[in-house]
Amino acid sequence: MMKRILALLLLLCALPAAATVKVLATVPEWGALVREIGGDRVDVMVASTAMQDPHRIEARPSLIARARTAELIVATGADLEIGWLPLLLRESGNNRIQLGQPGYFEAATAVQLRDVPQVVDRSMGDVHAAGDPHFQLDPRNILLVAAALFEHLAQVDPAGAAAYRNNLDRFAERWRAAMTRWEVEGAGLKGRTFLQVHRSFGYLAHWLGMEVRGELEPKPGIEPGSAHLGSIVESQRNAPAAMILRAAYQTEAAARWVSERTGIPVVTLPFTVGGTPQATDLFGFFDDTLARLKSAVQKP
Amino acid sequence: MRIKQVVAILVCTLSVPALAEDQNTLLAAELAALREQVAQMKAMYESRIAALEEKLATIGKPGMTNDTAPPPQTASQPMPSEPSQASTTGKPAAFNPETSLILQGAYTSRKDVEGISVGGFAQRKGQGDDDNKRGFNVNETELMLAANIDPYWRGQATLSVLNSEASVEEAWFQTTALGNGMGIKVGRILSGIGYLNEQHAHQWDFYDQPLMYKVLFGGDSYAQDGMQLKWLAPLDTFVELGVEIGRGQNFPGDDRNISGTNSQALFAHVGDDIGISSSWRAGFSWLHTRAGAREGTFETMSQDNVSGTFNGRSRVWIADFVYKWAPDGNPARRNFKLQAEYFRRAENGTLAVDDGGNLYNSLWRTRQSGYYFQGLYQFTPNWRAGLRYDRLSSGSQSLGDNPADIEIINYHPSRFSTMIDYSWSEFSRLRLQWSRDRAMLGVTDNQITLQYIMSLGSHGAHKF
Repeated sequence: MMKRILALLLLLCALPAAATVKVLATVPEWGALVREIGGDRVDVMVASTAMQDPHRIEARPSLIARARTAELIVATGADLEIGWLPLLLRESGNNRIQLGQPGYFEAATAVQLRDVPQVVDRSMGDVHAAGDPHFQLDPRNILLVAAALFEHLAQVDPAGAAAYRNNLDRFAERWRAAMTRWEVEGAGLKGRTFLQVHRSFGYLAHWLGMEVRGELEPKPGIEPGSAHLGSIVESQRNAPAAMILRAAYQTEAAARWVSERTGIPVVTLPFTVGGTPQATDLFGFFDDTLARLKSAVQKP
Repeated sequence: MRIKQVVAILVCTLSVPALAEDQNTLLAAELAALREQVAQMKAMYESRIAALEEKLATIGKPGMTNDTAPPPQTASQPMPSEPSQASTTGKPAAFNPETSLILQGAYTSRKDVEGISVGGFAQRKGQGDDDNKRGFNVNETELMLAANIDPYWRGQATLSVLNSEASVEEAWFQTTALGNGMGIKVGRILSGIGYLNEQHAHQWDFYDQPLMYKVLFGGDSYAQDGMQLKWLAPLDTFVELGVEIGRGQNFPGDDRNISGTNSQALFAHVGDDIGISSSWRAGFSWLHTRAGAREGTFETMSQDNVSGTFNGRSRVWIADFVYKWAPDGNPARRNFKLQAEYFRRAENGTLAVDDGGNLYNSLWRTRQSGYYFQGLYQFTPNWRAGLRYDRLSSGSQSLGDNPADIEIINYHPSRFSTMIDYSWSEFSRLRLQWSRDRAMLGVTDNQITLQYIMSLGSHGAHKF
């Protein structure tokens, strides 16, 4: 009897906790981060997967419906989602997640963006005027975003502030330990060179001290033709790059074409959480990124 | 630190022309100013990096407090770097307002038919001549401006210029802060009925609109001066309801200049995903318009062209459906789109015919329908191909005693179109389309069109 009452009480206590904060994250890395900081107080939906080009998501009806009920939007910013997020916000009829509200958070506001172009013109391809938005590939940025995300979560759901604080502290501790480990593991990558399909891995290079030797795309967002790829093959003849980096969502064809003619290995990196089977969360994402880079370097 | 090095190199590079300094004092002053600017930028950048590094060091450490105020700084300058701005999107270089210009034009080869009509359907006066364009043509040049007006409103205008005529295609403002899924739009708006109606010409997957749009709205789409109220249900499935009222000045109504509303519309949209690769939207819409004296040209039994005016009401029902598929839900490389719309229209009223000075009044009662369906496949990032089939039914048309002896045409206009297009980027497209057009009674027209669409400037996202 006593056990039953106790169980009932427990159940009642558990009920308010079921009132979770609905969060819509644009890309998987922020979805994973919201799960780390929000714990079981949040209900996260991620608008895209690691197999989708984050520049080119469609404002699908299902996403508009989710934006309608969301209490917090977690976006990358820096123009990454410019082709679809503004439409989601407008069509949602949800004033809590509009620009300037606590329910609207752009991760880019928490970090220092790199490669801000001096001149922006479409003849340069699809350049991001605010800077390179693929900053999730530097783990220090993840921590900066985590702290800023915590502030937004605490504003949207003040009752959970202590829990979020606790989660942030624990996450930061684990993340710091992991960063130390990654930096030791990645020491051998310093000075290594790579080609990349798109300008995806600038932050990774900056963090690990690697060197970007160019892109397969002639201009950002423009498909490489065979003439352009041929000139890349030619340019690699004397001092070839150590590897060609490709994000999981990007096509392998161009990278393989160059690889076959130059012998430079193609390394597929998760790019975000879920990009490879091993990248199940943010820790796995970086563990696997480093493991793949290292195995490419160790191969003769 | 790498960034510092880069900045240092930048400063050095800028200092090189300083050799010429004594030759030109003006240049020297400019250079000094420039150097100062760079130094300031460098200081700001470094202080921001320092602040972020400091922040990085404190995250999750006991010293970090809950409030959002920046940590106290010993530096005299306030931190410009604290993430106070709400958005980095389009920050320094974006246009405000968003400005875009669409260049469209085509080369068309088709039969030279005077007064093109869709067999068995009344059409807007002058429409036939608009459609009969051969050879090289610059089509409407669209200028679009859009921006948030303040925290409560957003505005947009689309002006379209053709030859010596400019017209206001759309000009409206909408709410942004209403909440609860509500949205209100006021001004000249493209109605939310159907699927293609809200899309501008540069978004179409074919050179021309389906035949049903031509007969329903006497052109490409239905726009009116009025207001629209939309509500999105708080569900995980997309359910949107809308209502519109307005002046209803366009075909199938006309401008009656009344104090009330001349047109009312209702629409409902439902949509969702199917797994990761597919998504769909279905809609149902209703439009009611009134005409006081809608002008049209009719043919009598004795093959004379007479002009007549319709007075009465039109009711249109439209069912629409669109389905999109992409491998892994990533449409960037390959994707497929299937869409279809079906309509029924009922018109009730009277037709006044002026036949050489004699005025005849007759009844006007029609029940007509039609549909189109089309499929579009993007098979590489640059190439897309599509097929479309249009078919209409003139249905039942009754003119009562028909005192003016108007010829009633019973016909099933149809058209088959196929197209292939190439896009260098999402801003430029060249399209080749071939159509076998049997819309006009007794005419089979094989049409070839080569069309370009070029989009300049900062262009808003397109709807699903």
